[in-house]
Amino acid sequence: MQKLLLESLIKAPFTEPAPQADTVALAELATRVDRAARARLGRSLSIRQVDAGSCNGCELEIHALGNAFYDLERFGLRFVASPRHADVLLVTGPVTRNMREALQRTYDATPGPKWVVAAGACARDGGLFADSYACVGGVGAVIPVDIHIPGCPPTPTALLGGLLALLTKSA
Amino acid sequence: MATLLDTIAGGHLVEAHRPYPRRIVDAPLWQALGAGLHEGHWRLLGLWGEPAAVHMALLDEAAGLPAVASLACPDGTFPSVAQYHPPASRLERALCDLTGLAATAAPDARPWLDHGRWDLRHPLGQRLPAATEVPPYAFLTADGEGLHQIPVGPVHAGIIEPGHFRFTANGEAVVRLEQRLGYVHKGIEALMTGASIERAARLAGRTSGDSTVAYAWALARAVEAALGATVPERAVWLRALMAELERLANHFGDIGAICNDAAFALMLAHCGVLREQVLRAANACFGHRLMMDRVVPGGVEVAPGPLDTTPIRNLIDVATKAFPALVKLYDNKASLQDRTVGTGIVRPALARQYGCGGYVGRASGLAFDARRQLAYPPYDGLRFEVPVLREGDVNARVWIRIREVEQSLALVGQILKALPPDGLTRIPLAEVDGPSEGVGLVEGFRGDILAWVRLDAGARVGRCHLRDPSWFQWPLLEAAIEGNIVADFPLCNKSFNCSYSGHDL
Ligand code: SF4
Repeated sequence: MQKLLLESLIKAPFTEPAPQADTVALAELATRVDRAARARLGRSLSIRQVDAGSCNGCELEIHALGNAFYDLERFGLRFVASPRHADVLLVTGPVTRNMREALQRTYDATPGPKWVVAAGACARDGGLFADSYACVGGVGAVIPVDIHIPGCPPTPTALLGGLLALLTKSA
Repeated sequence: MATLLDTIAGGHLVEAHRPYPRRIVDAPLWQALGAGLHEGHWRLLGLWGEPAAVHMALLDEAAGLPAVASLACPDGTFPSVAQYHPPASRLERALCDLTGLAATAAPDARPWLDHGRWDLRHPLGQRLPAATEVPPYAFLTADGEGLHQIPVGPVHAGIIEPGHFRFTANGEAVVRLEQRLGYVHKGIEALMTGASIERAARLAGRTSGDSTVAYAWALARAVEAALGATVPERAVWLRALMAELERLANHFGDIGAICNDAAFALMLAHCGVLREQVLRAANACFGHRLMMDRVVPGGVEVAPGPLDTTPIRNLIDVATKAFPALVKLYDNKASLQDRTVGTGIVRPALARQYGCGGYVGRASGLAFDARRQLAYPPYDGLRFEVPVLREGDVNARVWIRIREVEQSLALVGQILKALPPDGLTRIPLAEVDGPSEGVGLVEGFRGDILAWVRLDAGARVGRCHLRDPSWFQWPLLEAAIEGNIVADFPLCNKSFNCSYSGHDL
C-alpha cells in the first residue's frame, strides 16, 4: 500500500482539463434560470441523482464523473444522498409509470431554488421506450426540466459540460 | 436417471426451433418437469408466456443440453412450477402479470412487475383495462418481540437503480429482507412484439446497459439460430473481444465499488482508473464507450476495413501491470477483510437450488459458465479457466471477480492474436418464409443471459423473451443478508450487483 501511495505522489495526475460548458445547454438555461436564484447558489452545486427507469447505462457514465480523470468534485459539484440536500436533480430514464410517483415526491422534497437536469435520450422524450404502456416518456412529462444532456448514454464529458453550464451561469 | 430429452420425448417436436429442441408437452408432463427441477435433475433457465401458452427452458447439465418445454393454456391457466421449485416463483408472477395466465396452486400469487400503475393489464396477453382499485402490496410479515421494519427505496441514497427493500430487524440484525422490484419495468418485450429485427436488437441492448454487448449478442444468436444464419468469422472474434472488454470494465468497477462500501476508497480510485481506460479503449476501437448497438444480428457493426487494435493492446499492457498490486492490496488489508470475510454468505446448496449463474454462483461452488458448459464460438477454441470457490461470502465474490479479470485479460490477448485483420463483419439476414424460432445463451459479466425469439413472416418479431441472470440471484441476496447487520447490506448488495433494469425489463 505504501508503494501505491508513494507512486501516486510522484506520478502525474490522471485528471484532465475541464470541457467547455455545453453551449446548447447554456442557451437552454439562460432562458430558464433567473439571476437572483443563481446568486444564492454560488459556485457549488449539490446533485441528487434519480434513476426514473433507465437501463443503467446512464448511471455508469454518471459514476464515471467521480473517477480520477473527470474528478467532478474539483468544480464544486458533488453528489448527495438526499434530495433535501440537493440543488440539482439529475434524472435519467424514460420515467416508468412505476417510478412516476417516486420521482414527483423526490422533486417535492428538494428545496428551492432547484434545477432539474435530464440526462440521456430516454430522459428527453422516452427514447426507444417512448411508446410503451409502462413509460410516461421523458422527465419533462412529470417535473419541469431546465437542461437536457443528450446521448445514449451521455459521455462523462458531455455530462460535465452540461453541469458546468449550470455553474457558469450562476457565477 | 432419464435425461431431459427422454423425459420430454412424448411431447410434440416443434420443427422450426433451433438450435435446441422445443417440445409441446401436456399438463402432467409439465408437472413432472417441475418435480424434476425440485429433485435437482435439471436447471431452470427461463419461464415465460404468450397469450395462450407458457414456455420453460431447462438445462440438463449432465447431458450438456438445454431444451424448451411448452404447454398450451386454452383455459388461461397452467400448473404452477413454483409449487415444486421455488426459484420459478418470481418468473411465474411476472408471467402472470404480463400475460394474464394464472398459475394454479402457486405458492405466491401476488403481482410482481405490475404495481397497478399501467393503464392496462396483461400487456402481453388479452389486454384488459387497468383495475380501478389496487390493494396495497402485501409484504410478508415477521412477528416477534423487538422486531421493527425499515423500508428503503425505491429511491436509494447512492447512484443506483431503484427498487424497494423491506428489512425486518431485531436491533442491528436483519431477521428478514423482502425485495420489491419492478420499478424500472419499461415493457421491453411488448415493444419488441411486432418490431423489426433491428429495433428489437437495439431494445435488447438496452435491457441492462452494463451488459449491452452480452444482451445484443444473446439476441443476435437467437435470431441467427432461427434463420440458420452463419456470421462471418471476423464478427465472431470481434463479438468476443467486446464481450471480454465489457466483463473487464464491469469487474473493475465492481471490485472498486465493493471495497469502497467497506470504506476503502483507495481501491475505488485505482479500479475506477482501470475501468475508464477500458471504456476509452472500447470507444477508440468501436466508437462507443459501452459498445452499444455494435453487436447486431448478422454480425457486428464496426467501421469497414482493418481495425486498429493498438488502444486495446495498450490497455492490456497497462492493466496487466497495474492489477497485481491492487490484488495484493486487497489481500493484505486486514480492515477490508474484516468486512468482507464471512459476510453475506450464500450456501452452496441454495445456490445450486436456484441454479444461479455468474460470480454469485461461482463463489458458492457452482462451476457453470455458458462460455464453457454450452461453449459457443469462439470460446470453444479458447483457453481459460472458470474459477470456483465455496465460501459464498462477499470476499469470495470479490475473488471470483479478481480471477475473472485475470482470465479476461488473457482471453483478450488470445482473441487479438486470432482476430482476422480484415474481412467481412456482417451478412444480410435471410428472408423469413414462415415462423422460425431460435434461442441463444451468452455469458454476460453477471451470468448467463437467455434470449428466445420467434420470427414471423416479414422478419417481424412475433415474441421475444429475455431472461437476466439476476432473476436467480436477487432471491439469494434475501437469504444472504439474514443474520447480518443492517449496515452490511450495502456491501452485500454491491457484491451481488444484481441488475434492476434487466430484471424488471
Ligand atoms: S439514454 Fe440510453 S443509456 Fe441512458 S437510460 Fe436510455 S437507453 Fe440507457
